[in-house]
Amino acid sequence: MTTTSTPTPAAKAAGATADYLDQRTGIGVVVKTFARKIFPDHWSFLLGEIALYSFVTILISGVFLTMFFVPSMGETTYTGPWSSMQGVEMSQAFSSTLRLSFEVRGGLLMRQVHHWAALIFMAAIVTHMMRVFFTGAFRKPRELNWVVGFTLLILGMLAGFSGYSLPDDVLSGNGLRIADGVIKAVPLIGSYTSYFVFGGEFPGQELIPRLFTVHVLLIPALILALIGLHLLFVVLHKHTQYPGSGRTEKNVVGYPVLPVYAAKAGGFFFVVFGVIALMGATMSINAVWNYGPYDPSPVSAGAQPDWYMLFLEGSLRLMPGQAEFVTWGGYTVSANIIIPAMIVPGILFTMLAAYPFIEAAVTGDRREHHVLDRPRNRPFRTAFGVSIVVAFFILALAGSNDLIATHFHLSINDITWAFRVLIFVGPWLSFVITKRICLGLQRKDRELVLHGHETGRIVRFASGEYIEVHKPLDAHERWLRVQHEAIRPLEIEPAEDSRGVRRKGYALDRMRQRVSQVFYEDRVEPVTPAELAASHSHGEHDALEADVHEPTQVGGGSHLVEPDAETGAEGRNPQI
Amino acid sequence: MSTHDTHSHELEPHGDGTLPDRFENPGHPEHHQRLGDLDPKANKKAERQVLALFTVSVVGTIAFAVAYFALGDPTTDPTKIASATRTENLWLGLTLAFALLGIGTGAVHWAKTLMNDHEMSEERHAIASDAESREAALQALQDGAEDSGISRRGALKGAVIGALALFPITIALPLIGNIGGDWNVGKLKHTMWKKGTRLARDPSGRAIKASDVTIGSVFHVIPENLEEAEHPLDEKAKAVVLLIRLDPRDIKSEQGEGWSYDGIVAYSKICTHVGCPVALYEQQTHHLLCPCHQSTFDVADSAKVVFGPAKRALPQLPITIDDEGYLIAQSDFHEPVGPSFWERKK
Amino acid sequence: MKALAARRHDRRAPIVLLLLALLLTGGLYAVLAPTSADAAAAAPSASDIQTGEKLFQANCATCHGPSGAGTASGPSLIGVGAAAVNFQVGTGRMPAQQNGPQIEAKPVQFDDEQISQLGAFVASLGAGPAVPTEDQVDPSKGNSANGMALFRTNCAMCHNAVGAGGALSRGKFAPKLWETSPTHLYEAMLTGPQSMPVFSDTNLSPDEKRDIIAFISEQGDVAPGGLDLGSLGAVSEGLWAWIVGIGLLIGAAVWIGAKSS
Repeated sequence: MTTTSTPTPAAKAAGATADYLDQRTGIGVVVKTFARKIFPDHWSFLLGEIALYSFVTILISGVFLTMFFVPSMGETTYTGPWSSMQGVEMSQAFSSTLRLSFEVRGGLLMRQVHHWAALIFMAAIVTHMMRVFFTGAFRKPRELNWVVGFTLLILGMLAGFSGYSLPDDVLSGNGLRIADGVIKAVPLIGSYTSYFVFGGEFPGQELIPRLFTVHVLLIPALILALIGLHLLFVVLHKHTQYPGSGRTEKNVVGYPVLPVYAAKAGGFFFVVFGVIALMGATMSINAVWNYGPYDPSPVSAGAQPDWYMLFLEGSLRLMPGQAEFVTWGGYTVSANIIIPAMIVPGILFTMLAAYPFIEAAVTGDRREHHVLDRPRNRPFRTAFGVSIVVAFFILALAGSNDLIATHFHLSINDITWAFRVLIFVGPWLSFVITKRICLGLQRKDRELVLHGHETGRIVRFASGEYIEVHKPLDAHERWLRVQHEAIRPLEIEPAEDSRGVRRKGYALDRMRQRVSQVFYEDRVEPVTPAELAASHSHGEHDALEADVHEPTQVGGGSHLVEPDAETGAEGRNPQI
Repeated sequence: MSTHDTHSHELEPHGDGTLPDRFENPGHPEHHQRLGDLDPKANKKAERQVLALFTVSVVGTIAFAVAYFALGDPTTDPTKIASATRTENLWLGLTLAFALLGIGTGAVHWAKTLMNDHEMSEERHAIASDAESREAALQALQDGAEDSGISRRGALKGAVIGALALFPITIALPLIGNIGGDWNVGKLKHTMWKKGTRLARDPSGRAIKASDVTIGSVFHVIPENLEEAEHPLDEKAKAVVLLIRLDPRDIKSEQGEGWSYDGIVAYSKICTHVGCPVALYEQQTHHLLCPCHQSTFDVADSAKVVFGPAKRALPQLPITIDDEGYLIAQSDFHEPVGPSFWERKK
Repeated sequence: MKALAARRHDRRAPIVLLLLALLLTGGLYAVLAPTSADAAAAAPSASDIQTGEKLFQANCATCHGPSGAGTASGPSLIGVGAAAVNFQVGTGRMPAQQNGPQIEAKPVQFDDEQISQLGAFVASLGAGPAVPTEDQVDPSKGNSANGMALFRTNCAMCHNAVGAGGALSRGKFAPKLWETSPTHLYEAMLTGPQSMPVFSDTNLSPDEKRDIIAFISEQGDVAPGGLDLGSLGAVSEGLWAWIVGIGLLIGAAVWIGAKSS
């Protein structure tokens, strides 16, 4: 307290409580460290919070739902108020879902809030993951946190899948049937694994209660634990920050937790919950009374899973059937299911999970990084990320091919063929285009730094010459565009030492160098003070000879770091 | 000529005349005052706005309670259940949304306009512990290992690892033993269709006469005795069948001699891809389309695959009629129905 | 008189006059305009069949042959019955105009009387299903719960769980059912137009057909949860979650992160 007057009763009470706690927990140290901890301020840092708060919304609405939902496949006859289900035989799971929707006051709202929150949870995770990826926030020391986040992505998908299957309706039931078909396709143990999951033949009597335990206990427990770890890492490592004046690798610039972040983050929770409530109030979702109770016979047109599973659906739709074969011993290998359902997603997800380690190995960079990259300054990484996103997007579109067919009056067969081609061409093409865009933006930045903003003012000299006046960038604008590092392809020790003896480990180094060239050969380097000075001295020819005065061009064939080229005096390769 | 103001200091040469290699961080930009910091009236206005937003929340909560009681029970009139539920959902949801958004926007607006917005800076320290602590940690672990004597007693090490590795069997055995039901995967190869089982309409269970089936029609079929099974849904998941009548001249092939009756063919409804019901019958092309992944089967040609990710044709159910004219199965399917699995041909 | 004259210059007078004029015109129109013929047709007379034949020769014979026996461009109509004609012509599908994967509904080209005359002619070519009576297609007489159970097994796979429509192969599709009249629904089931299977009375009895009609008539109306988003399932829900949910929330995030002025 900074006042010297007598404390108010409220302040006294607060002080007494703090003292009580501190004497028993030593919490004073924590409060000291944490209360005014600095967090940088940028809207893109709030994407992870959208995920966190939508998860809290899921928990709150979920507890409400568990008070009324009956996770049982026991048969019952419906006697509730929804007329088109009157007298229909259904499982208790489905019946209790109808009861929640029509007989529990506010029950439908809670169901809709829960499901919209789940869709937004997954969307927020993906968006947050993209932000982290494109800004390079996964670099040391945050590689482990990337893996934790990736695991949260997978757990989220499992939570969603198990959750929307609980009402035991025709749509989600067919989704479970598909899951069973995929499980059966596993070689050797497929049929046994199917029995493991379903407690016998499909659909059995065990599945809904088991899914309930998974959905309400096992997965939320894991998610909460991993979220705790995820946030602990953020506190431990301190949050990253965008490049800018005054921001370095050795500081964090922003606002303190108390009061600014507490207010903004706390307020954002209510905003997220509020937006989800708005959606639950106005937009219908998962109207299971339209689908009917699960029965293996009916199916509805437009049979798709929730959006975050669509890539799997599209993958299954695109694969041609010929791939299935029977082995020499008479055993069936369903490659037409294994490839799209296990191998393709396996590859995509593994690349995503392993990327931080791949990039670290390729750059050989062992330093800590706390200042983020602007995506344009890392063309390979940005292009790679875009192509992965495009791959998932094309698969998701392929999973919606029947809706595309009806909405655009196209043939579903033609659409399928188009996507069969696009799934290969699309990612490659988007990689090339994105990389070129990044390099182009970097060149634009160079131009801007060297020559300043175009003011639109034209000046005519007495001699008759016209030039446009350029306004040079101020120090802050310029810093943003020159602060990044130009990563160059790896330089390695030469193949032979000074006595001509071949070096062990050269082959591995050479391979790493080749990979690093793929990543970093094409680059635009940031402007150096020398270049800026040079451009100023040639100021009157600004608009005409810009190309000639750039000493460091985009890296290309002529600047390849070739170990076979003449080695310099120190035995190392020529510098660019 | 570009008009410069003064050169910024990064371009001033060093004492020895050389320029620095890279630009240097210019340091924190100047702090911009907000309107609320400069003008006390604007400050007051912002405060009033924050108050208003929190009030919106309180009003929302009160409105929620009012709506909850005023709207009453939507089930009182079953003929209006859809619109009553919609009204209740809308009003409870909207008032809830306002109650929440009021708090959220109020808190954020407060932080943005009224709270101290001077940017602050905090130092980052290296994440790794200092050399001394690491030494001490290493030493502590080594001392602990020394004291346990484990490095000298190899047998103990092996024993402890062995015991720990084995004990999960006590949990795993009963769990896995029971979790798969009777583990009899052989059941996947058979359905409840037998010789003489009548084909019945799904879901009513009424038997079907051959004369009921007209050209161009499709019947969804279950075994007549389905409800008598111990696990009807499990049996239904394998036994559902599609019954289609074609002009006998259009039938190009079938899976067995005499398996159809007078142009009436019966094929399994379970897709051989991953098990969805292949329910869409296109009368003119006599194709069966599965809505899940678009596998397409030609009914006139042994239901073989003409498009899509399925590999195998739908198994055909051999049918004939009994002496009353009802359609009956001649036997079970001649191969396992549904998706492929490792041992399906064994 | 003076009082009236005093009020005549009220500035609202023109509006009132306009409304009165509209009411008058509307009322006159409602009374005097010709009404369409009643759906319940009396037994076709010989002249109906003759007029029907003339209409047929002018509009249908090119593809269906002068005797309705079919040509390379159109199937035989012998035995399809008046029900098929009422459906095809009554929904505007026939006369077919455009080549495509399937013939689509378009503005109806004939009035009810002409349609029943065409139907009478086609029925005379060979016995076939007749146009259903009002009673047979009355939704209020059907059991929508039974209708839904039947719809789920027989119709939802093509037309979607609530009749919002769905895709078939090669550009064909099963249309949305919400705006189809009960009579046309009945006839479609009975005659199996284009790709649709034939649901003869031995497959779905007349009562069962009526139950299905009762179910369909309740769809596309009020969704208890709010906007139905087309009743298309999880894909549209995911799309709206991204557009509305993430859109609004990113907007909120930008607002929160932005410096206040």
